[in-house]
Amino acid sequence: MEDLIPNKRIDIRGLHCPYTFVKSKLAIEAMNVGEVLEIVLDYPEASVSIPKSMQDHGHRVLKVDKVNEKDWILLIRKERE
Amino acid sequence: MDFTEDQILRYSRHIILPEVGGKGQAKIAAAKVFLVGAGGLGSPVGYFLTAAGVGRLAIIDDDHVELSNLQRQIAHSTKTLGMPKVQSAKETFNALNPDVEVIALKQRLTRDNILELIEDYDIVVDGSDNFPTRYLVNDACVLASKPLVSGAILRFEGQVTTILPRQGHCYRCLFEEMPPPGLVPSCQEAGVLGVLPGIVGGLQAMEVLKWILGKGELLTETLLIIDALKTTFRKVKVPKNPQCPVCGENPTITELLDYNAVYCGVG
Ligand SMILES: [Zn+2]
Repeated sequence: MEDLIPNKRIDIRGLHCPYTFVKSKLAIEAMNVGEVLEIVLDYPEASVSIPKSMQDHGHRVLKVDKVNEKDWILLIRKERE
Repeated sequence: MDFTEDQILRYSRHIILPEVGGKGQAKIAAAKVFLVGAGGLGSPVGYFLTAAGVGRLAIIDDDHVELSNLQRQIAHSTKTLGMPKVQSAKETFNALNPDVEVIALKQRLTRDNILELIEDYDIVVDGSDNFPTRYLVNDACVLASKPLVSGAILRFEGQVTTILPRQGHCYRCLFEEMPPPGLVPSCQEAGVLGVLPGIVGGLQAMEVLKWILGKGELLTETLLIIDALKTTFRKVKVPKNPQCPVCGENPTITELLDYNAVYCGVG
């Protein structure tokens, strides 16, 4: 899992709900099934709500990491159109 | 489609819906809607479809804004009294959402121009206030195989139905002929509570969006009857009539007729 290379990366630091999810959703919609999206964010609530919403939409959450004082990195694999 | 940052904000409540998303919003932005009437029904239909971000919205109406319209026709205002309704509506809609190309057609819809006018559009919405126009629009949409969302209001009752020609019923499957003028309410009988067109027009706009998105169930082969006094919504099944004069197996109406009876409208 450590050396998984994402197919796309978005940096949504500075954004709040619901735009954190809007941006993440638009990014994953534009990808192919099986590809992995990396999301860098600093809005604490989104570190919980984005993985939940992505799961609700049928995608797989591979990683939710708090990487420093403020930032999280999520890895989401697109599982369906 | 690539959205601008402003569009992402504007349409964010659509984009986060699983049934819409960016792809659904792109379908809405590509849709071309032809709206008949800029009155009680046309105002909310145009308002919501403009807010939703359809690509192109044509509105046809040859009336001018009058004070007696403003109790229900929310696209107009005291400032636009006397202005052509389509111009007044265009200004309102442009102010709401400059993404939408609004085409104002100040003219009467007739048997001679309707087929050419609707040709480039994906779907037609009937917000007209009189039977000749309703039958003209129905017959033209059947002949041209255009989806049609039809709405009507009178006093406290509203009706909505969605016509997908040949797949489902049409207006003539439901009411084969226009009622004779004597059976239609006269002007002094034709009141309408001002909120009702908002409800019916809102439902028509919702049908259009669902059709564009290909989501949910449409009011095909169904007439929705709204009783505003009782606050009831009743769905009545309307099967396609194989003997329908325009969409049946052996149609007798194969070109547009002269729809010239005179009625009083409440739209
Ligand atoms: Zn029919």
